[in-house]
Amino acid sequence: MSLPPFQTLLDSHGATVHRFLVAAVGPSDADDCFQDACIAALRAYPQLEYSSNLRAWLLKIAQRKAIDAHRARARRPVPVEHPPEPASHDMPAVHMNGQPVWARVRELPEKQRMAVFLRSVADLSYAEVAKALDCSQDAARRNVHEGLKRLREETHS
Amino acid sequence: MNDGLDRDLLDAAGRLPTGPSPDALRRLAERAQREGVLDVAYAQVDSPLGPLTVAATDRGLLRVAYPEHTLDSVLEVLSREISPRVLEAPERLDPVRRELDEYFKGDLRRFETSIDWSLTGDGFFRKVLRATSSIGYGKVLTYGEVAAKAGSAKAVRAAGNGLGSNPMPVVVPCHRVVRSGGGLGGYTGGIERKEFLLALERG
Repeated sequence: MSLPPFQTLLDSHGATVHRFLVAAVGPSDADDCFQDACIAALRAYPQLEYSSNLRAWLLKIAQRKAIDAHRARARRPVPVEHPPEPASHDMPAVHMNGQPVWARVRELPEKQRMAVFLRSVADLSYAEVAKALDCSQDAARRNVHEGLKRLREETHS
Repeated sequence: MNDGLDRDLLDAAGRLPTGPSPDALRRLAERAQREGVLDVAYAQVDSPLGPLTVAATDRGLLRVAYPEHTLDSVLEVLSREISPRVLEAPERLDPVRRELDEYFKGDLRRFETSIDWSLTGDGFFRKVLRATSSIGYGKVLTYGEVAAKAGSAKAVRAAGNGLGSNPMPVVVPCHRVVRSGGGLGGYTGGIERKEFLLALERG
Protein backbone atom coordinates (compact mmCIF):
# COMPACT_ATOMS: atom_id res chain seq x y z
CA MET A 1 0.00 0.00 0.00
CA SER A 2 1.60 3.27 -1.04
CA LEU A 3 1.24 6.58 0.74
CA PRO A 4 -1.12 9.18 -0.70
CA PRO A 5 0.48 12.43 -1.93
CA PHE A 6 0.99 14.73 1.05
CA GLN A 7 -1.15 17.43 -0.56
CA THR A 8 -4.10 15.03 -0.52
CA LEU A 9 -3.57 14.57 3.20
CA LEU A 10 -3.50 18.30 3.68
CA ASP A 11 -6.66 18.77 1.60
CA SER A 12 -8.50 16.11 3.61
CA HIS A 13 -7.30 16.85 7.14
CA GLY A 14 -5.51 20.22 7.14
CA ALA A 15 -8.64 22.08 8.21
CA THR A 16 -9.23 19.72 11.16
CA VAL A 17 -5.61 20.01 12.29
CA HIS A 18 -5.77 23.80 12.04
CA ARG A 19 -9.06 24.03 13.97
CA PHE A 20 -7.67 21.75 16.64
CA LEU A 21 -4.66 24.04 17.00
CA VAL A 22 -6.71 27.25 17.11
CA ALA A 23 -8.68 25.76 20.00
CA ALA A 24 -5.65 24.25 21.73
CA VAL A 25 -3.18 27.17 21.56
CA GLY A 26 -5.31 30.13 20.47
CA PRO A 27 -5.50 31.91 17.13
CA SER A 28 -2.25 33.89 17.48
CA ASP A 29 -0.02 30.80 17.90
CA ALA A 30 -2.07 28.42 15.75
CA ASP A 31 -0.52 29.36 12.40
CA ASP A 32 3.03 28.79 13.63
CA CYS A 33 2.04 25.51 15.26
CA PHE A 34 0.31 24.43 12.06
CA GLN A 35 3.45 25.12 10.04
CA ASP A 36 5.66 23.32 12.56
CA ALA A 37 3.34 20.32 12.60
CA CYS A 38 3.16 20.08 8.79
CA ILE A 39 6.92 20.40 8.38
CA ALA A 40 7.49 17.71 11.03
CA ALA A 41 4.92 15.51 9.28
CA LEU A 42 6.60 16.02 5.89
CA ARG A 43 9.96 15.16 7.40
CA ALA A 44 8.68 11.85 8.76
CA TYR A 45 6.24 11.02 5.97
CA PRO A 46 8.33 8.95 3.51
CA GLN A 47 9.42 6.60 6.31
CA LEU A 48 5.89 6.00 7.55
CA GLU A 49 5.29 2.28 7.38
CA TYR A 50 1.53 2.09 7.30
CA SER A 51 -0.99 4.47 5.84
CA SER A 52 -4.01 3.65 7.97
CA ASN A 53 -5.57 6.53 9.80
CA LEU A 54 -3.33 9.32 8.66
CA ARG A 55 -5.66 11.83 10.31
CA ALA A 56 -4.84 10.49 13.78
CA TRP A 57 -1.16 10.43 12.82
CA LEU A 58 -1.25 14.11 11.81
CA LEU A 59 -3.10 15.07 14.98
CA LYS A 60 -0.56 13.18 17.05
CA ILE A 61 2.13 15.42 15.62
CA ALA A 62 -0.07 18.51 16.01
CA GLN A 63 -0.84 17.81 19.66
CA ARG A 64 2.89 17.51 20.40
CA LYS A 65 3.42 20.93 18.82
CA ALA A 66 0.49 22.28 20.84
CA ILE A 67 2.06 20.99 24.05
CA ASP A 68 5.42 22.54 23.09
CA ALA A 69 3.72 25.88 22.42
CA HIS A 70 1.78 25.70 25.67
CA ARG A 71 4.95 25.00 27.68
CA ALA A 72 6.88 27.73 25.89
CA ARG A 73 4.15 30.20 26.69
CA ALA A 74 4.07 29.16 30.32
CA ARG A 75 7.78 30.01 30.51
CA ARG A 76 7.61 33.43 28.92
CA PRO A 77 6.11 36.37 30.78
CA VAL A 78 2.75 37.20 29.28
CA PRO A 79 1.78 40.82 28.85
CA VAL A 80 -1.75 41.41 30.04
CA GLU A 81 -3.18 40.62 26.66
CA HIS A 82 -6.17 38.73 27.97
CA PRO A 83 -7.52 40.34 31.09
CA PRO A 84 -8.75 37.78 33.60
CA GLU A 85 -12.26 36.67 32.90
CA PRO A 86 -14.95 37.99 35.15
CA ALA A 87 -15.85 35.49 37.82
CA SER A 88 -19.52 35.73 37.05
CA HIS A 89 -20.94 32.57 35.57
CA ASP A 90 -23.95 34.38 34.28
CA MET A 91 -21.81 35.40 31.32
CA PRO A 92 -22.38 33.34 28.22
CA ALA A 93 -19.59 30.76 28.09
CA VAL A 94 -18.98 31.34 24.41
CA HIS A 95 -18.14 34.58 22.74
CA MET A 96 -15.29 35.99 20.67
CA ASN A 97 -14.37 32.88 18.68
CA GLY A 98 -15.29 30.65 21.57
CA GLN A 99 -12.26 31.81 23.53
CA PRO A 100 -13.63 31.54 27.04
CA VAL A 101 -14.60 27.88 26.80
CA TRP A 102 -11.28 26.95 25.13
CA ALA A 103 -9.40 29.03 27.69
CA ARG A 104 -11.01 26.90 30.40
CA VAL A 105 -10.12 23.67 28.63
CA ARG A 106 -6.52 24.91 28.34
CA GLU A 107 -6.34 25.03 32.13
CA LEU A 108 -6.83 21.25 32.37
CA PRO A 109 -3.88 18.87 32.93
CA GLU A 110 -2.04 18.08 29.69
CA LYS A 111 -3.50 14.67 28.85
CA GLN A 112 -7.05 15.65 29.70
CA ARG A 113 -6.75 18.89 27.79
CA MET A 114 -5.52 17.21 24.61
CA ALA A 115 -8.07 14.41 24.90
CA VAL A 116 -10.93 16.92 25.23
CA PHE A 117 -9.69 18.97 22.25
CA LEU A 118 -9.21 15.91 20.06
CA ARG A 119 -12.65 14.67 20.93
CA SER A 120 -14.66 17.89 20.78
CA VAL A 121 -12.84 19.83 18.06
CA ALA A 122 -11.27 17.20 15.81
CA ASP A 123 -14.20 14.84 16.43
CA LEU A 124 -11.95 11.78 16.82
CA SER A 125 -13.23 8.43 18.04
CA TYR A 126 -11.76 7.14 21.30
CA ALA A 127 -9.64 4.72 19.28
CA GLU A 128 -8.21 7.67 17.33
CA VAL A 129 -7.71 9.77 20.46
CA ALA A 130 -5.78 6.81 21.88
CA LYS A 131 -3.64 6.66 18.76
CA ALA A 132 -2.96 10.40 18.77
CA LEU A 133 -2.05 10.41 22.46
CA ASP A 134 -0.14 7.11 22.37
CA CYS A 135 -2.23 5.59 25.13
CA SER A 136 -4.84 2.85 25.54
CA GLN A 137 -8.42 3.39 24.49
CA ASP A 138 -9.48 3.15 28.12
CA ALA A 139 -7.03 5.85 29.08
CA ALA A 140 -8.26 8.04 26.22
CA ARG A 141 -11.86 7.65 27.37
CA ARG A 142 -10.90 8.30 30.98
CA ASN A 143 -8.99 11.47 30.09
CA VAL A 144 -11.91 12.87 28.12
CA HIS A 145 -14.40 12.07 30.87
CA GLU A 146 -12.26 13.36 33.70
CA GLY A 147 -11.50 16.53 31.79
CA LEU A 148 -15.16 17.20 31.13
CA LYS A 149 -16.06 16.32 34.71
CA ARG A 150 -13.57 18.81 36.05
CA LEU A 151 -14.91 21.53 33.75
CA ARG A 152 -18.44 20.84 34.96
CA GLU A 153 -17.36 20.99 38.59
CA GLU A 154 -15.66 24.32 38.00
CA THR A 155 -18.81 25.68 36.44
CA HIS A 156 -20.91 24.68 39.40
CA SER A 157 -18.49 25.58 42.19
CA MET B 1 -25.16 13.75 28.96
CA ASN B 2 -26.19 16.88 27.14
CA ASP B 3 -25.73 19.86 29.37
CA GLY B 4 -24.45 23.42 29.22
CA LEU B 5 -20.84 22.37 28.78
CA ASP B 6 -21.60 20.11 25.82
CA ARG B 7 -23.51 22.94 24.26
CA ASP B 8 -20.69 25.42 24.89
CA LEU B 9 -18.11 23.09 23.35
CA LEU B 10 -20.26 22.42 20.32
CA ASP B 11 -21.01 26.09 19.92
CA ALA B 12 -17.35 27.09 20.27
CA ALA B 13 -16.29 24.39 17.79
CA GLY B 14 -18.80 25.81 15.33
CA ARG B 15 -17.10 29.20 15.57
CA LEU B 16 -13.59 28.01 14.81
CA PRO B 17 -12.10 29.07 11.47
CA THR B 18 -12.79 26.67 8.62
CA GLY B 19 -9.13 26.02 7.93
CA PRO B 20 -5.73 27.57 7.32
CA SER B 21 -5.71 30.65 5.08
CA PRO B 22 -4.44 30.38 1.49
CA ASP B 23 -1.57 32.61 2.59
CA ALA B 24 -0.63 30.20 5.40
CA LEU B 25 -0.60 27.33 2.89
CA ARG B 26 1.60 29.33 0.51
CA ARG B 27 4.06 30.04 3.33
CA LEU B 28 4.02 26.37 4.26
CA ALA B 29 5.03 25.35 0.74
CA GLU B 30 7.82 27.95 0.77
CA ARG B 31 9.13 26.75 4.10
CA ALA B 32 8.92 23.09 3.05
CA GLN B 33 11.00 24.01 0.02
CA ARG B 34 13.52 25.90 2.15
CA GLU B 35 13.86 23.04 4.64
CA GLY B 36 14.28 20.42 1.94
CA VAL B 37 11.12 18.44 2.70
CA LEU B 38 9.26 19.26 -0.52
CA ASP B 39 10.24 16.72 -3.17
CA VAL B 40 7.59 17.28 -5.85
CA ALA B 41 6.00 20.70 -6.40
CA TYR B 42 3.02 21.07 -8.69
CA ALA B 43 0.70 23.75 -10.04
CA GLN B 44 -2.10 24.22 -12.52
CA VAL B 45 -1.29 26.31 -15.57
CA ASP B 46 -3.95 27.69 -17.90
CA SER B 47 -3.36 27.13 -21.59
CA PRO B 48 -5.30 27.25 -24.87
CA LEU B 49 -5.37 23.44 -24.62
CA GLY B 50 -7.04 23.49 -21.22
CA PRO B 51 -5.62 23.64 -17.69
CA LEU B 52 -2.33 21.74 -17.51
CA THR B 53 -0.95 20.15 -14.35
CA VAL B 54 2.80 20.74 -14.20
CA ALA B 55 5.11 19.17 -11.64
CA ALA B 56 8.81 19.55 -10.91
CA THR B 57 11.56 18.41 -8.58
CA ASP B 58 14.72 20.32 -7.72
CA ARG B 59 16.25 18.73 -10.80
CA GLY B 60 13.67 20.04 -13.20
CA LEU B 61 10.32 19.57 -14.90
CA LEU B 62 8.89 16.13 -14.32
CA ARG B 63 5.38 16.10 -15.67
CA VAL B 64 2.97 18.06 -17.89
CA ALA B 65 -0.53 16.58 -17.86
CA TYR B 66 -3.55 17.40 -19.97
CA PRO B 67 -6.84 17.78 -18.09
CA GLU B 68 -8.05 14.32 -19.15
CA HIS B 69 -5.73 13.02 -16.47
CA THR B 70 -7.39 13.88 -13.16
CA LEU B 71 -5.24 15.73 -10.67
CA ASP B 72 -5.60 12.83 -8.22
CA SER B 73 -4.33 10.28 -10.71
CA VAL B 74 -1.37 12.48 -11.70
CA LEU B 75 -0.40 13.10 -8.07
CA GLU B 76 -0.76 9.45 -7.17
CA VAL B 77 1.74 8.41 -9.82
CA LEU B 78 4.18 11.10 -8.67
CA SER B 79 3.75 10.00 -5.06
CA ARG B 80 4.41 6.37 -5.92
CA GLU B 81 7.18 6.83 -8.47
CA ILE B 82 9.08 9.84 -7.08
CA SER B 83 8.17 10.71 -3.49
CA PRO B 84 4.99 11.13 -1.40
CA ARG B 85 6.22 14.58 -0.35
CA VAL B 86 4.06 16.27 -2.96
CA LEU B 87 2.74 19.81 -2.39
CA GLU B 88 0.96 22.42 -4.46
CA ALA B 89 3.50 25.22 -4.85
CA PRO B 90 2.49 27.56 -7.69
CA GLU B 91 5.43 29.90 -7.21
CA ARG B 92 7.93 27.09 -7.64
CA LEU B 93 6.45 26.51 -11.10
CA ASP B 94 6.43 30.17 -12.15
CA PRO B 95 9.40 29.86 -14.55
CA VAL B 96 7.71 26.96 -16.35
CA ARG B 97 4.40 28.82 -16.39
CA ARG B 98 6.08 31.86 -17.99
CA GLU B 99 7.72 29.71 -20.67
CA LEU B 100 4.46 27.94 -21.47
CA ASP B 101 2.62 31.28 -21.70
CA GLU B 102 5.21 32.62 -24.13
CA TYR B 103 5.21 29.40 -26.15
CA PHE B 104 1.44 29.49 -26.59
CA LYS B 105 1.67 33.13 -27.67
CA GLY B 106 4.15 32.04 -30.34
CA ASP B 107 6.98 33.98 -28.67
CA LEU B 108 9.07 31.08 -27.39
CA ARG B 109 10.77 28.65 -29.76
CA ARG B 110 12.82 26.66 -27.30
CA PHE B 111 12.11 25.68 -23.68
CA GLU B 112 15.03 26.50 -21.41
CA THR B 113 13.62 24.89 -18.28
CA SER B 114 15.67 21.92 -17.08
CA ILE B 115 14.09 18.50 -17.23
CA ASP B 116 13.97 15.69 -14.70
CA TRP B 117 13.76 12.49 -16.74
CA SER B 118 12.91 10.29 -13.74
CA LEU B 119 9.53 9.19 -15.10
CA THR B 120 11.01 7.98 -18.38
CA GLY B 121 12.90 4.90 -17.20
CA ASP B 122 16.47 4.39 -18.32
CA GLY B 123 16.10 2.49 -21.57
CA PHE B 124 14.83 3.04 -25.10
CA PHE B 125 11.84 5.10 -23.89
CA ARG B 126 14.13 7.78 -22.50
CA LYS B 127 16.33 7.75 -25.61
CA VAL B 128 13.27 8.28 -27.82
CA LEU B 129 12.14 11.24 -25.72
CA ARG B 130 15.62 12.75 -25.69
CA ALA B 131 15.81 12.40 -29.46
CA THR B 132 12.40 14.06 -29.69
CA SER B 133 13.45 16.98 -27.51
CA SER B 134 16.12 17.88 -30.06
CA ILE B 135 13.60 18.37 -32.90
CA GLY B 136 13.52 22.11 -33.62
CA TYR B 137 10.50 24.41 -33.46
CA GLY B 138 8.22 24.04 -36.47
CA LYS B 139 10.10 20.95 -37.76
CA VAL B 140 8.80 17.40 -37.89
CA LEU B 141 10.42 13.95 -37.99
CA THR B 142 8.84 10.59 -38.74
CA TYR B 143 8.53 7.83 -36.14
CA GLY B 144 11.20 5.90 -38.06
CA GLU B 145 13.61 8.83 -37.99
CA VAL B 146 13.14 9.28 -34.25
CA ALA B 147 13.64 5.54 -33.67
CA ALA B 148 16.88 5.74 -35.65
CA LYS B 149 18.07 8.78 -33.71
CA ALA B 150 17.33 6.88 -30.51
CA GLY B 151 19.62 4.10 -31.75
CA SER B 152 17.25 1.50 -33.14
CA ALA B 153 15.87 2.21 -36.62
CA LYS B 154 13.72 -0.92 -36.56
CA ALA B 155 11.92 -0.08 -33.34
CA VAL B 156 9.38 2.21 -35.01
CA ARG B 157 6.41 0.82 -33.13
CA ALA B 158 8.22 0.97 -29.78
CA ALA B 159 9.12 4.59 -30.52
CA GLY B 160 5.47 5.39 -31.27
CA ASN B 161 4.32 3.73 -28.06
CA GLY B 162 6.95 5.61 -26.08
CA LEU B 163 5.86 8.94 -27.51
CA GLY B 164 2.26 8.08 -26.68
CA SER B 165 3.18 8.02 -23.00
CA ASN B 166 5.43 11.08 -23.00
CA PRO B 167 5.16 12.47 -19.44
CA MET B 168 6.03 16.00 -20.62
CA PRO B 169 3.98 16.78 -23.73
CA VAL B 170 4.45 20.27 -25.28
CA VAL B 171 7.83 20.74 -23.56
CA VAL B 172 9.22 17.49 -24.96
CA PRO B 173 7.64 18.06 -28.37
CA CYS B 174 6.26 14.67 -29.31
CA HIS B 175 3.73 16.54 -31.47
CA ARG B 176 6.62 17.07 -33.92
CA VAL B 177 6.73 13.35 -34.74
CA VAL B 178 4.47 12.23 -37.59
CA ARG B 179 3.83 9.29 -39.90
CA SER B 180 6.11 8.71 -42.90
CA GLY B 181 3.17 8.67 -45.34
CA GLY B 182 2.22 12.22 -44.42
CA GLY B 183 -0.39 11.33 -41.79
CA LEU B 184 -0.20 12.97 -38.38
CA GLY B 185 -0.19 9.74 -36.35
CA GLY B 186 -1.54 9.69 -32.81
CA TYR B 187 -1.05 12.05 -29.92
CA THR B 188 -1.13 11.67 -26.16
CA GLY B 189 -3.51 14.63 -25.82
CA GLY B 190 -5.73 13.81 -28.80
CA ILE B 191 -5.18 14.57 -32.47
CA GLU B 192 -6.84 18.03 -32.32
CA ARG B 193 -4.19 19.19 -29.90
CA LYS B 194 -1.43 17.89 -32.16
CA GLU B 195 -2.93 19.83 -35.07
CA PHE B 196 -3.21 22.92 -32.88
CA LEU B 197 0.46 22.76 -31.81
CA LEU B 198 1.76 22.13 -35.32
CA ALA B 199 -0.35 25.01 -36.66
CA LEU B 200 0.89 27.27 -33.85
CA GLU B 201 4.48 26.51 -34.83
CA ARG B 202 3.84 27.11 -38.52
CA GLY B 203 2.93 30.63 -37.39
